[in-house]
Amino acid sequence: MATQSLHKRESDLAQSNRQLEILSNGIFQNGELPTFKSKISETNQFPLKAKKLEILQINIGYMCNQVCEHCHVDAGPDRKEIMTRETMQQCLDVIKNTGAHTLDLTGGAPEMNPDFRWFVEEAAKAGIKDFIVRSNLTIIRANKKYYDLPEFFKKHNVHVVSSMPHWTRGKTDKQRGDGVFDKSIKALLELNAIGYGMPDSGLRLDLVYNPSGAFLPGDQASMEKDFKKALKEDFDIQFHNLFAITNLPISRFLDYLIASENYEDYMYALVEAYNPAAVANVMCTNTLSVSWDGYLFDCDFNQMLELPVNSRVKHISEYNEELLEGRNIVISQHCYGCTAGAGSSCQGIVA
Amino acid sequence: MQKTYYDPADLKKFGKISEWNQELGDKFFEYYGKVFEEGTLTAREKSLIALAVSHTEQCPYCIDAYTKDGLQRGITKEEMMEALHVGAAIKSGATLVHGVQMMNKVNKLEM
Repeated sequence: MATQSLHKRESDLAQSNRQLEILSNGIFQNGELPTFKSKISETNQFPLKAKKLEILQINIGYMCNQVCEHCHVDAGPDRKEIMTRETMQQCLDVIKNTGAHTLDLTGGAPEMNPDFRWFVEEAAKAGIKDFIVRSNLTIIRANKKYYDLPEFFKKHNVHVVSSMPHWTRGKTDKQRGDGVFDKSIKALLELNAIGYGMPDSGLRLDLVYNPSGAFLPGDQASMEKDFKKALKEDFDIQFHNLFAITNLPISRFLDYLIASENYEDYMYALVEAYNPAAVANVMCTNTLSVSWDGYLFDCDFNQMLELPVNSRVKHISEYNEELLEGRNIVISQHCYGCTAGAGSSCQGIVA
Repeated sequence: MQKTYYDPADLKKFGKISEWNQELGDKFFEYYGKVFEEGTLTAREKSLIALAVSHTEQCPYCIDAYTKDGLQRGITKEEMMEALHVGAAIKSGATLVHGVQMMNKVNKLEM
């Protein structure tokens, strides 16, 4: 289990251009596997274009209390990039004027940003319909100052989306760190206790599953059934939906794939599972990702690869919905991660 | 000439068997796919049976495929190993139960 980010370790793979190089060389350069561009061209889906904005996903900082092995953000306690109140204000100005129905806050652990609560309160006032916070659960138990987070979420009717790689301790702790499973269970019990995740409750609690290794997620509906049965029987925990998400071959997961000599097989698996029907609904077509310093990206993964939106508008302060709609999405081979099988997005499957 | 009988990369080429007999190949893959669908048994249970049988058949391709399939379904390594012991128990039981035949023969032949 790593305890430091790739950035802190000054790893070669902390450099986004090095990651992009790997994704374009080797099996994709010699033609063994088709590039994502040529694959989507087969079904006339190139260039991929942005549709109407529905989801604004804001990454309010890379700092996290965990150092998960697969993390595409390379987040951790040693990451200092954090969104300032000034940039949050610029986001709020956009939220008030955009037609997007979902605001999706992510990180790192978004709750660690000192202005997190201020931002949630202000954004709630702006009257967004679905207001998501991607919480890693353990943050709620990490420090006394976070103990009242469930109540805070409830007060603002925040939709909580939490990572949970497995219903067993062993698999969870291996991916996310020792003790993560027990803390997550405790946090879920607390969320249930105030109404989150209960049948017919308007307080939405969804879990995110991503594979703990070099394999693709199984069928989302069967996984959800297994998770629900196990968590109910073992801990009397309930939740609404499970989102099965494919790990994209970037950052720490790419580092793992290469170190474990699984990279080529994994890319083969992604390409073999390619589903053209998923391409039509990949999340970059209705989502815009904002980085901690206010720059705009087609998705959180492109943000980490430092691939900015293909538009004259580059920063949230110069946001212009008309100019951004219809833009060509920036792609590379990591995009195969969102089109494998039933597809993958921050909201789960797409096809 | 290749140096080994088994090459992991050959598993990816399994579908090619249809090229030399399309009709039977298609029928086989259709049957195979149908067998593993959710039925009276869950697809998860079928995956564990397949993993155990892969071992008793000692098919390296099948072992690779159904280990990965199990992981994708969230099957734990403890469940996988238990399934394998079912296969191993039947294998060893099948060996030992023939001991009765040996005993019968000895009893018949010995004075």
